[in-house]
Amino acid sequence: MTCKELVELVTHYLEGALDVETRARFDAHLAECKGCTAYLEQMHKTILLTKRLREDDILPPARDELLSLFRSWKA
Amino acid sequence: MHNFSPHDENDLVAALRAGDESAFTQIVERYHANMVRIASLYVGDVQIAQEVTQETWVVVLHSLNRFEGRSSLKTWLFTILTNRAKTRAVRENRYVPLEDSGELDDEPSVAAARFRPESELEWADHWKSNAKPQTWGINPEAHVIAGEVNSVIASAIAALPTHQREVIRLHDIENFSTDEICNILQITPTNQRVLLHRARSRVRHALELYFQRSP
Repeated sequence: MTCKELVELVTHYLEGALDVETRARFDAHLAECKGCTAYLEQMHKTILLTKRLREDDILPPARDELLSLFRSWKA
Repeated sequence: MHNFSPHDENDLVAALRAGDESAFTQIVERYHANMVRIASLYVGDVQIAQEVTQETWVVVLHSLNRFEGRSSLKTWLFTILTNRAKTRAVRENRYVPLEDSGELDDEPSVAAARFRPESELEWADHWKSNAKPQTWGINPEAHVIAGEVNSVIASAIAALPTHQREVIRLHDIENFSTDEICNILQITPTNQRVLLHRARSRVRHALELYFQRSP
């Protein structure tokens, strides 16, 4: 496996979606390649950092409109 | 006010049926923004997406008594939304299937120039020595992350093509499962993974540039 091939497989690897044979070649490459080890760690950190983001709240006008919708449904 | 966790859905459904406003507010806050964004993937227009989402809430409220809990409330809600959005998009001739969007075209995760050329034989396609990825000195588990890092990620996500953006948001930020995402966006697990990978690769690239400037 080359470094160029490995970087395309990182999400499959992290999601556990590689077949056994490809996973073995992936791990064997990592064991000998500092660049790819750093790359995998960067991707892992990217995911963890992304997970920390929070979505903005919905806009208040939409909330008010929906509440009046709910009240008329209830009535 | 009682806080309904995403896991006690039976309580939530019962409260909604009983007309509990705080239950409704919570479910709206949990899903409304996602619903509008997903609807706009289909209809390609925020105004129409808002209309479709509003209609979906009406349908949901009026069908609540027929909801039997065979699927989760979330799956049920998003299935209604997706069906309505797709119908509307087809009617208005706005529906662009993922296959036609160009988002599945080949796109390298890392610029080809960072790898050694074919002429280097057994070293071909390995990192050039001056272009190897470096370890980042940031700890994502730490409690405090500079606000700048969050802005870098947020801008990178905002700049993604629409399907990639939605998949990374749902998967990595909103914690939707792969199954849920495939149902909502009506895509295959393989395409879901391709989109997720491209999105993460672009965010990684943005972070790499940032950490090179401010290590």
